[in-house]
Amino acid sequence: MRLSWWKLTSIFLLLYAVVGGMFLPVPELPQLGETIRNLYYHVCMWFAMMILFTISVIHSIKYLRNGDYTHDVKARSYAGVGTYMGILGYATGAIWASYTWADPNNPAYASFGSIMREPKLIGAAIALLIYGAYFILRSSINDMDQRARVSAVYNIFAYAMLFPTIWIIPRLLPSLHPGQEGNPALNFNDIDSRMRMVFYPAVIGWTLLGAWIATIKIRYTILLEKKWNNNEK
Amino acid sequence: MKNSILSIIFILFASLVNAQQSAETSPMAFDMRSNGKIYVVVAVLLTIMIGLILYIISVDKKISKLEKE
Repeated sequence: MRLSWWKLTSIFLLLYAVVGGMFLPVPELPQLGETIRNLYYHVCMWFAMMILFTISVIHSIKYLRNGDYTHDVKARSYAGVGTYMGILGYATGAIWASYTWADPNNPAYASFGSIMREPKLIGAAIALLIYGAYFILRSSINDMDQRARVSAVYNIFAYAMLFPTIWIIPRLLPSLHPGQEGNPALNFNDIDSRMRMVFYPAVIGWTLLGAWIATIKIRYTILLEKKWNNNEK
Repeated sequence: MKNSILSIIFILFASLVNAQQSAETSPMAFDMRSNGKIYVVVAVLLTIMIGLILYIISVDKKISKLEKE
């Protein structure tokens, strides 16, 4: 079997992100130190999540326009992988924050629980829970057409809710999380040019990996549907 | 005379270098890099990444096989 070009690109970029992300020079900042390299992994999870959710909502809209069942399968798979990457981003962020934000001299940030009380983190949690409800909604409807239609509409709502929860509200409130004034990691003033050399390829690599996993899920689901249809005949 | 001036300049330079070293407070992983142990970490990461990639390739292959049937 020959791998298609974008799968090979994903493999190459991910290996580059691991090796380059560990070896290439990074700016030396107080507090962060070597953990700044997490940018290549933790932030990429959120970027990949956002791109995968965008693909998902495009498929939902396509489903509503032409009623093609495969679009529903695609929307569900991309949303699934996107949510998974969001959970990974949340988990890696919790690890990172507990080593860089914790401050024994400041009682407000002494414990893990007080660190996690951040507008950005709460917003991200709400966004992930809204997507969690998407899957619960799907599994609660037995009729296939109805499930596809209702969940496509809900998916558009969930995507729209991403903007207030992870883009707007965190920007309005003070937070320890970087990216208060502008777009974190995209702003040309706050990301070092040396880091951009690894960061952008890493974003593409992780996103393609997510898309790869999603296509495998899509193909599996379609195969399963075919099998059931054959059994019924 | 010349020698003493040179030596004073040299001492000034040396103290400057020292001051710079103490000014660098951000603790980067100098030890890991200097004794080469960072390579161990990268090797572990690469093993995991390659392992996961091989796994996803094998799943991809299995699906392709099923699709052909």
